[in-house]
Amino acid sequence: MKSFNYHAPKDVKDATKLASSSSAFLAGGMTTIPSMKLGLASYKDVIDIKNIKKLSGIKVSGKTVTIGATTKHAEVAASKDVKKAIPALAKLAGNIGDAQVRNRGTIGGSISNNDPSACYPSACMALNAVIHTSKRKIDADKFFTGMFETALKSGELVEAVEFEIPEKADYQKHPNPASRYAIIGVFLAKHKKDVNVAVTGAKSCVYIDKDLSKKLSSNFSVSAIEGMEVKSSGMNSDMHASAEYRANLVSLYTKKAVEAC
Amino acid sequence: MASLVGSRVERKEDTRFLQGKGRYTADINIANQTYAVFVRSPHARAKIKSVDTSKALKSSGVVGVLTGKEIAEDKIGGLIAGWAIRSEDGSEMKVPANPPLAKDIANFVGEPVAVVFAETLDEAKEGAEKVKVDYKVLKAVVDPAEAMKSDAIHDGVDKNLCYDWLLGDRKAVDEAFAKADKIIKVDLINNRLVPNAMEPRACVVDYNTASEEITLYTTSQNPHLSRLVMSAFGGVAPENKLRVVAPDVGGGFGSKINVYNEEIVCSWASKKIERPIKWVAERTESFLTDTHGRDHVTHAELAVTNDGKFLGFKNETIANLGAYARVFGTVTPTYLFGPCATGVYVIPAAYSNVKAVYTNTAPVDAYRGAGRPEATYTIERLVEKAALELGMDKTEIRMKNFPTQFPFKQTLVHTVDSGDYVAGLEKAKQMADYSGFEARRKQSEANGKLRGIGVSSYFEACGIAPSAAVMSLGCGVGLWESAEVRFNPTGQISVFTGAHSHGQSHDTTFAQIAADELGVPMENIDVVHGDTDKGTFGMGTYGSRSLTVGGIAIVNACKKIVAKGKRVAAKMLEVNEDEIEFKDGEFVALKSNKKKTIGEVAFACYLPGQRDEMKSPIPEGDEPGLIESSFFDPANFSFPAGSHICEVEIDPDTGNVKVEKYTAVDDFGRIVNPMIVEGQVHGGIAQGIGQALHENTQYDETGQLMTASYMDYTMPRADNFPEFNLGFTCTHATSNPLGVKGCGEAGAIASPPTVMNAVIDALGGQEISMPATAEKVWKACKTMKKSNAKAA
Repeated sequence: MKSFNYHAPKDVKDATKLASSSSAFLAGGMTTIPSMKLGLASYKDVIDIKNIKKLSGIKVSGKTVTIGATTKHAEVAASKDVKKAIPALAKLAGNIGDAQVRNRGTIGGSISNNDPSACYPSACMALNAVIHTSKRKIDADKFFTGMFETALKSGELVEAVEFEIPEKADYQKHPNPASRYAIIGVFLAKHKKDVNVAVTGAKSCVYIDKDLSKKLSSNFSVSAIEGMEVKSSGMNSDMHASAEYRANLVSLYTKKAVEAC
Repeated sequence: MASLVGSRVERKEDTRFLQGKGRYTADINIANQTYAVFVRSPHARAKIKSVDTSKALKSSGVVGVLTGKEIAEDKIGGLIAGWAIRSEDGSEMKVPANPPLAKDIANFVGEPVAVVFAETLDEAKEGAEKVKVDYKVLKAVVDPAEAMKSDAIHDGVDKNLCYDWLLGDRKAVDEAFAKADKIIKVDLINNRLVPNAMEPRACVVDYNTASEEITLYTTSQNPHLSRLVMSAFGGVAPENKLRVVAPDVGGGFGSKINVYNEEIVCSWASKKIERPIKWVAERTESFLTDTHGRDHVTHAELAVTNDGKFLGFKNETIANLGAYARVFGTVTPTYLFGPCATGVYVIPAAYSNVKAVYTNTAPVDAYRGAGRPEATYTIERLVEKAALELGMDKTEIRMKNFPTQFPFKQTLVHTVDSGDYVAGLEKAKQMADYSGFEARRKQSEANGKLRGIGVSSYFEACGIAPSAAVMSLGCGVGLWESAEVRFNPTGQISVFTGAHSHGQSHDTTFAQIAADELGVPMENIDVVHGDTDKGTFGMGTYGSRSLTVGGIAIVNACKKIVAKGKRVAAKMLEVNEDEIEFKDGEFVALKSNKKKTIGEVAFACYLPGQRDEMKSPIPEGDEPGLIESSFFDPANFSFPAGSHICEVEIDPDTGNVKVEKYTAVDDFGRIVNPMIVEGQVHGGIAQGIGQALHENTQYDETGQLMTASYMDYTMPRADNFPEFNLGFTCTHATSNPLGVKGCGEAGAIASPPTVMNAVIDALGGQEISMPATAEKVWKACKTMKKSNAKAA
């Protein structure tokens, strides 16, 4: 690991002031630190945001659940409020990585990194999340822009994620047997008006499967999507899973999610 | 006194390990040490046109940079192949030079080309980045099945062929096959595995400029052997000026048998730069450069009669050696593989033909089981397929071909001293509720799942010794083991062994044995290993040999202690030696019932002479002191055997395979510590399930290792296993006085075919290769569905 300046500011203003083109915000460090150790990334300044109190915590209002950026997966998984409002979100958080990862990794870190196989982005998409940053509010469908790419500008920091509470929801994941990232993950949310089927792991970036969402919006049952082909074109194909296998899993786990709702 | 042998004594070493007090190589620091970082080839095959170290030498903190040129100039020898194997035509095997630092050509990704020493690790890394190597990239040879048709990667090794070896009789096999009702055939790939010891390799070298002695702390399974190789072949230092210490070592599985490039380079360089050197592998380096395991491509056939009798067996295998032949690299696919290829069966005619090839991949060497898992996989897949094709029960066909008389002269090499294969399989069937399987299969079907059951019966030749046999098969050294027992004047005992514990619990097991022999509490005994300055000599630990060879040397040394003790006690008690009986730590004069404890006798041995009441207890012809040693060389290998039964359930929608039940019945002869043996079996089965279902080493066509981290290489985890159901049958070995057999590798030998037989059974006999990953199984399920639909 190359040497760097370590900063631990106490508020967001100081944190963003320190940011530059050669800096990184450090939340749980689940990706940043291994990348630095492997020499894949190096920074002049590492800005640790875990001492910024306002970035951590869970709030439930009537219609939404807001989770602070540095809230750990284990906290979300164990939160009575989250379990009550959006149990699928607590389930998702409780199955990320392993116990060590869940006790360090954060929601803000996960979505800012936007790993194509990460779990949280699918919840953001399906639950019509609004991403609160140090500069603005961004809708989830505008936030995730590509593989490891987001709408965040240089020095812009995620402060919280606000999820819409659905009528029903479920998350289903087929884990990569080695890393336990999602080979594919399906976040299904039934809102009052429509249904969102968000898929992670299958393509270069999280997306809403419009066909599945539409069918389920008009008829929320397994039979509505029975026999519906999920196309493998555009899906990832690697040594862990072919596009064809991923397409099968998306279809299968969407049905499982409907059944679980 | 109750015998300690046979009881579940808690492990002495657990206290330090569980409290974080283990002392591993990376825990050792020497004042003024430098840090080494190796510059490694990023290419699988490339000519090294030039190495420019000028910028690295100027880099902050860099103390020295050395390359293949300097090590060649100093005439430091390379890495060696420990066994000489001859081809069927009588020609000698072809072994290319394997310099510790590549000079002219690099032959696998990760092969070291240069090394940088610096004041700190970061400075060494920075320096290593500044070494500029100019490569001319050549087309890599990766696939073993294609290697013989590809460019020769080593000068003088035509077709990349190390040897074309035959064991057995082709003519007899042809005759047997001509008489057969049916020929069963399989084409198999035994997947390449990365050993993944928990502790990565490391070394710390301290050169003493005054005594000119090099002390090498290293992660070795066999420190004495490392010293011998580095001295005799590496020319690093004379043996008496080289001390090799292997302290606590966190797992080896065969990958730490070899003397590696880094140990040779750092030992040589420490003398050159006159500074201590520390090197610790990063996990990626472990993936790239630890010797890998398995990697066979096999076609095998079994000739059978319609009623299920085996007549003949043949096996044609291509074994991938990787880029170079290492210590056990050439013997693993030959004499550790071929003789076990006919398994636990009476098969009148057999042969194994193995072509070992070089490729531009990491060297392949012994890995838990070494050759015997590959052999067992081959025969047990064939037997299972034979049962299916003949419509016979899979246990019945095995029973029908088991030998019932022991010693059993096995077809190709071994004479198995003892065993009861029928009893083992009967017990496994009962424990696994074999007869209740069909009901469980129906239950799974009702839940939309596919259930399968697999059996495998195995034997293996381990306890790697006897010198006469192994040397006649091409081994470069004798494989005896030594022990020394020092009875100290104040009653504590140090037991020195040449075996090495890197997870095998020798501190406990060996203390149990010595305590029984000497009649003293275990707490009085310390087992000392892993240091060439402590103890006489040793060949180390691999091939399930520690107890059957090293343990017996301890027993024999203890017997010498007792024998001398008897002579001394006789003198102390003023009776004839034949009137003394030794029991439970006491020498008793039978007529008078006067006694001396072994502690009193030991004390007397160190205080010869006469003063006051004390009379000289040392008999004429004996010397003072109570220290005895023994070199044990057994008459035969050790032949553990057993039968395993596995049940899996497959979800046809995802292809996920769940191991539902796993039953193992093993015969390890007399068992010293059942708890430790069960632990060994658990670990072995876990590794075997890993091979069967998860571990999938993949190189791309340019020779880049695609699975070089735990993000991509699937290590099995606790949630991949059911609770293992273990049982034992105990027929004592006749080749050693304790009646013990090796147990360290059996689990990894028996389990891959057991699991795969179950998966293939669930798939209705449709064959798939290891590892049976979810996608592969899903595809097989789809094919099955299609063919079922057609049939309907």
